[in-house]
Amino acid sequence: MYKLVLASRYLYRRRISFLALAAVALCVFIVVVVMTVMDGLVGDFKRKNHNYTGDCVVGTESLVGFTYYEDFARIAEKADYVEAVTPVIKSYVLVGAESSSRNIGAELMGVDAAGFSRVTGFGQTLHYHKNDPSKAFNIKGDANLPGFVIGVDMWIGRNEKGEYYYDPSPAATALSVTCFPLTAKGALAKAGTDMANTKTFYFSDCSQSGLARVDGAVIYLPFDEAQVLCGMTEPAKRASWIHIKFKQGTNIEEGCQKIRQMWGKFYDEHKGKDNAELLSQVSVQGWKEHRRESIAGMEKEQAMLMMMFGLVGLTTVFIVYVVFYMIISHKTKDIGILKSIGASCGDVIVLFLGFAAGLGVIGSAVGVAGGMLFLWNINRIEGWLFERFGFQLWDRTIYAIGEIPHRLDLTMLVVVTGCAILACLAGAVLPSVGAARARPADVLQVSQL
Amino acid sequence: MSKGEFIIEAQGVYKSYRMGTAQVQVLKGADIAVKKGEFVAIVGASGSGKSTLLHILGALDRPDKGVVRFEGRDLNGMGGGELNEYRNKMIGFVFQFYHLLDELNVLENVILPAMVPAGVFGWMSKRTGVKKRGLELLKAVGLEERATHKPYQLSGGERQRAAIGRALINEPRLLLADEPTGNLDSATGNGILELLERLNRAGQTIVMVTHDERVAKRAGRTITLADGKVK
Repeated sequence: MYKLVLASRYLYRRRISFLALAAVALCVFIVVVVMTVMDGLVGDFKRKNHNYTGDCVVGTESLVGFTYYEDFARIAEKADYVEAVTPVIKSYVLVGAESSSRNIGAELMGVDAAGFSRVTGFGQTLHYHKNDPSKAFNIKGDANLPGFVIGVDMWIGRNEKGEYYYDPSPAATALSVTCFPLTAKGALAKAGTDMANTKTFYFSDCSQSGLARVDGAVIYLPFDEAQVLCGMTEPAKRASWIHIKFKQGTNIEEGCQKIRQMWGKFYDEHKGKDNAELLSQVSVQGWKEHRRESIAGMEKEQAMLMMMFGLVGLTTVFIVYVVFYMIISHKTKDIGILKSIGASCGDVIVLFLGFAAGLGVIGSAVGVAGGMLFLWNINRIEGWLFERFGFQLWDRTIYAIGEIPHRLDLTMLVVVTGCAILACLAGAVLPSVGAARARPADVLQVSQL
Repeated sequence: MSKGEFIIEAQGVYKSYRMGTAQVQVLKGADIAVKKGEFVAIVGASGSGKSTLLHILGALDRPDKGVVRFEGRDLNGMGGGELNEYRNKMIGFVFQFYHLLDELNVLENVILPAMVPAGVFGWMSKRTGVKKRGLELLKAVGLEERATHKPYQLSGGERQRAAIGRALINEPRLLLADEPTGNLDSATGNGILELLERLNRAGQTIVMVTHDERVAKRAGRTITLADGKVK
């Protein structure tokens, strides 16, 4: 009982305890804020990549694509764990305004708007056709004109708050799209001055996936039109990828494994057929694997951040160690007195570890409370800083990030608090053991006082 | 005198300390025996080993050689837990510099030895009784008005009286006092000695270390320590 009383008195009656408490609170505050923001960014980035891809893809990075995709899509669609399947053409094109000779390179996605929206979050990325994504390529006023959907950053600008300047009545602006069709063997399908396919498409919508590399580089065309442009109709119809969405509750890894088995069987059945040589290049990937180039960088940054916070934790341990070393060196008399009245070495250790645990609990509670308060207001604070001083964490005219993530993860809070308490205990162990080993006759000597 | 009469006895106690590179022999075969109810003063010059002998009697230190028996039991044969219990229940220590804990008030300092062996629940059950005894002791040493004061708010004499109260809270069989008046003026020191005499008259066994012959005369018996041995 006296250990509890003394530990609490040491905690709130000694100024140096408040310094240690402030150090713990500050470390916890920093970790909670940065982890929440970073986790939010990484989680958001992964969600957007998942939305963009669907659960699983079957296909090839080759611009030639692969044959028999319709047959496999039909088989996959029948599986009880598959919700929807859609083929996609992926290639590279030149796009330019009809009135200008200038053009830019872009990534082409040939999609069936309705099917692609069922498999991915494509429909929700549209601005004008969000309610009916099946009509994403329809032009208002003229249903016969071929439409295009374009990554929002290729089409319109943003203000400093990250809001796009959408035109409420957009014009059906024409863009010429040029592609070099390839044969099934990867050679140019045409020769001479007519080696490229060019067709004019009209603006129908913008897609805002939230992925900078997609919104700033991708133009979406109707699947059939894209297939023709890329020369993927002869000698047999080809597609680049088949995107698959699993039914709710299906484990993505398990679903992908089943699709792999399904593809293996399909490949064995088709490998001798006409134009089947392209099937050997096909792979089955989960969405994370498919988007690994984008996600890996973020995950590396997150891992580095974790490592840095490990160092912050070590700093906390060191601070607590120094504080306890100082406190205990000022408390040798107390230790001698306690031992002279029958306290054991274990009692002394428990007393100072209790003190450390109290420091950890209160310090991390203050840090977590401060972190929560800061995170709840982080966007308001950033808005105020922007209005007053023009400061933004990210330039919204450049980065596809809206609000600063501030959703708290309870598990993370529990882990951070636990680590802070452990760090305090770790920092206090050596000084406490040293104190416990002190001999009362030595520390109570007149010359030691 | 039969063996059973002694509450504490030390035989052939040796103790040395390392001071820098030199080994200093403080006790060189000291013998002492104290009967129940005695008030014994140990006197000697500075550095004669008085405090060292007292620390060994109170199990705050271990002898290099020799035997210390408390009520016939050899302290050398006691384990760590038994020695803690011995220091807590059998012995009450009074130091020259009072050694009160600054974070606790006077009453809390006095009842601290009673709190040491108690767990949270054990303390809950005996708290009221212990506090009552603590207040009685404070009244006995004339500090009943100072119960909630902090040590720094007390005079030297009051602090020493509080330290005596703390030494008595567990009703120890032996009170060890190390220069209890050494840090006090003569009037205040006299008050402390009167308190010790009163306790002794009530049956408390006391062993007091002092370098002052006038203080020693207040005890019932004086033992002189010189050159590490009892003369």
